Amino acid sequence: MPVIWIIVAVLAIAGAGYILGRQRALARAGGDRRELHSLPSYYGSNVALKVAVPSFLLLIAWMIVQPFVVENAVSGMIPQSEIDEGSSLGLVMAEVRRAATGLENAVAQGVITEDFARNARADITDITQRLKDAGQIVTSDITQTILHAAQRYRLLSATGDMMMAIAVLLVALAGALWGLRESVPLFRARNAVERVMRAILVAAASVAILTTLGIVLSLIFNTIEFFRLYPAWDFFTGTNWAPSFSGRGGSSELGVLPLLWGTFYISLIALLVAVPIGLFSAIYLSEYASKHVRSIAKPMIEVLAGIPTIVYGLFALLTVGPLLLAVFGKEGLGWMQAGTAVMTAGLVMGVMLIPFVSSLSDDIINSVPQALRDGSFGLGATKSETIRQVVLPAALPGIVGAILLAASRAIGETMIVVLGAGAAARLSLNPFEAMTTVTAKIVSQLTGDADFASPEALVAFALGMTLFVITLGLNVLALYIVRKYREQYE
Amino acid sequence: MTNASLNTGGEAPKRSLRAQDALTKRRNAAERRFKAYGMAAIAVGLFFLAVLAVSIVRSGAPAFTRTVVEVELTVSPADIDAAESQLFKTKAYQDLFVAALDRQLTNNGVEVAFDPKAIERLLGKVGSTMREFYQANPAKVGKPVKFELAAASRVDRYLNGELTRDAIQDSRFMMKTDLDLVDVMVDTGVMKSSFNWTFITGADSGVDNPGGAGIGASVVGSFFMMLVVLVLSLPIGVAASIYLEEFAPQNRFTDLIEVNISNLAAVPSIVFGILGLAVFIQFMHLPQSAPLVGGLVLTLMTLPTIIISTRASLKAVPPSIRDAALGVGASKMQSVFHHVLPLAMPGILTGTIIGLAQALGETAPLLLIGMVGFVARGYPDGVVSGFVDPNSAMPAQIYTWAARADASFYEKAWGGIIVLLAFLLTMNIIAIILRRRFERRW
Repeated sequence: MPVIWIIVAVLAIAGAGYILGRQRALARAGGDRRELHSLPSYYGSNVALKVAVPSFLLLIAWMIVQPFVVENAVSGMIPQSEIDEGSSLGLVMAEVRRAATGLENAVAQGVITEDFARNARADITDITQRLKDAGQIVTSDITQTILHAAQRYRLLSATGDMMMAIAVLLVALAGALWGLRESVPLFRARNAVERVMRAILVAAASVAILTTLGIVLSLIFNTIEFFRLYPAWDFFTGTNWAPSFSGRGGSSELGVLPLLWGTFYISLIALLVAVPIGLFSAIYLSEYASKHVRSIAKPMIEVLAGIPTIVYGLFALLTVGPLLLAVFGKEGLGWMQAGTAVMTAGLVMGVMLIPFVSSLSDDIINSVPQALRDGSFGLGATKSETIRQVVLPAALPGIVGAILLAASRAIGETMIVVLGAGAAARLSLNPFEAMTTVTAKIVSQLTGDADFASPEALVAFALGMTLFVITLGLNVLALYIVRKYREQYE
Repeated sequence: MTNASLNTGGEAPKRSLRAQDALTKRRNAAERRFKAYGMAAIAVGLFFLAVLAVSIVRSGAPAFTRTVVEVELTVSPADIDAAESQLFKTKAYQDLFVAALDRQLTNNGVEVAFDPKAIERLLGKVGSTMREFYQANPAKVGKPVKFELAAASRVDRYLNGELTRDAIQDSRFMMKTDLDLVDVMVDTGVMKSSFNWTFITGADSGVDNPGGAGIGASVVGSFFMMLVVLVLSLPIGVAASIYLEEFAPQNRFTDLIEVNISNLAAVPSIVFGILGLAVFIQFMHLPQSAPLVGGLVLTLMTLPTIIISTRASLKAVPPSIRDAALGVGASKMQSVFHHVLPLAMPGILTGTIIGLAQALGETAPLLLIGMVGFVARGYPDGVVSGFVDPNSAMPAQIYTWAARADASFYEKAWGGIIVLLAFLLTMNIIAIILRRRFERRW
């Protein structure tokens, strides 16, 4: 039974439980709802929740646990001799899974019979070819061991699915009975329902913690795996980034320093563009602009923040890059080799960050108390003198926080550098050369065809970890500064 | 006491107060300069916006038009029989087409001799298109049929002025002499540009056929992804905000949640992609490139945005509403769900739509869960396959096009951006209208 039907069945039982529970409570009270402790709908909801919550929890838990149980049982069937040189149990198991899905789909299409799928022997029939004919993706020739494991895998999964359906439906029915038994006038149905709802609310709020946990765990486990294959010292101090391509052999050099340098250089240029423009816009909008101008210019600038980064990436690659190349390239000053360069990505990223800097600074400048300005005007200072010598110093911590947030945004930005910065990792001071960043390399290492267990792919997780730690540090620092500053004038 | 002597040191200059001294002049100049810097900054920001808009529209508009050759011809049953009896059947059909084209040009008063091979270079495999058409529609035999055939992308670029006559190298793709034919056909109105419906409704084509590429299939992929995001992030986000805003006690656990939410809002999107890859694909073995996985990743990414805006709109509902509900005997839960939540709903929906718009344009996490690097050739077969079968999404499709070597795809990428921005604009306008219409000020 597919999962979707289990869900439908549970929902149907819950719906029936709602109606029955409500009716039963009312009937027990002799049709007089004043006799009930809670509103009748609460009795119904009580039954429905007791059906749905435990059975869905069981369903989710079963679906998470079952693959591990099945995999464990099947992986025991694969002898060490079957695992080729340079391969691993995980890869063989992936092959087994693929073969099992292939069999499943081929049976569903009617290309092979159920009986054949269960009992075929790879050494007698040409099962690989038959699966390929059925349009299934099978990477290599299926050996008898793998086929046998796949058949077992399929059988166990099918049994597990069946057992899951039965167990979930039984839990649902038991929940319905339990809830119905409780549906008597004196039962405090509202309190019971509200307790469950509160638990659901807490669970929803905990998703944020789970997400962070998921990020941290997935980064840490894979990073440890990477450092087992590649020394951590070489990763953090290496000045050369030269991953070998999969299949060609040879050792890779995976030093993070050139990538960090590229990241910081591009971010620096972006901030050099965004901070002056953003800051002066914020000052003009909050101190000089008339209401009318402000109401037009502020949303216009903020449109820049709503544009997806892929658009900026394309803008860098196809508009800004060729434009810079025309000026600084071979025909012009001769500094630039290709359109993709640190300058290209930095400029475009700077444009992206302008609204970010300007609206944060705008808020902060606006929260400087008017009394400070009035005092300064009273002493005869001009408006610009007031801003430079009173307002900005007062707002400085907040502005620094805003710049740090913008910097963290710049460091984590992906699409602009993937499209606009080039792919060569190098340590150079020339802003017209192509360089690459941490984010761009995460994308290229994980979207290539490198084997997932190889250091060339796992390095992406170590890069992700580096990125996560840096941006998290900047964010925490920035939020701390901003919060501290806010308290100052409240 | 001591400072008082400062002004008595010298005779005050005897001149009009209106005449500015050097210092005042300098200060006023500084004031004007400072103001000018501010205006310049705004101008630069708006200038970038304008450049961005112009380059999007200018480069993307050609994706919506294509050059077609319109030829009307009647094929008699005898012609069909004659063509089918030949060895090269499509060649025979092509000859029919060439004859019809020649007739049409002659009717327009142009006498031009052209190479039938040029037709193949300009319009692709005309013969097989015609043969398939007549085999699919036997009823059309003997009746006048108007064929509208898309021209090769090089012709498009020639007519746009991107490709000049001198730049063309004679090759099997195009000869210089073909352009004479193009010019004649354009002059007589046989070749004209029409709206490119294939781009809106079609699926991606292979790397060698930029003309046939469309964004339709990836719009569907994006749609299924947004459905997942909406169905998951709205209830979870609202439930989390209600807990944090209305029920949460002041304790460590609540603080932990708060810190997590504010940090997640600032985590780079690519890190969410890594999470999706490790948890959903590596660990849970969900299908790669599926809109379901994309939706899950984007949900986690959008949640902080939705929670932050939902909390703001819950906070905006005045406490008197809650007090009144409690006063007439509602439980805390009832006061929230029956009174506060409905009043906060417009704000919540606005925040959700803005969060969805953000998720719709997000690309980086999609790259990691494998929504690029393959060709999304068709539409999903049904609802389930829409969720779990590999598909592309709009931003991922744009990236795929931008990463291809053939420059003709760049135009498609810009066109895709126009479609994407149109969706974003619509969503934002809906959000603004919702806010204007239903927002209550207390």
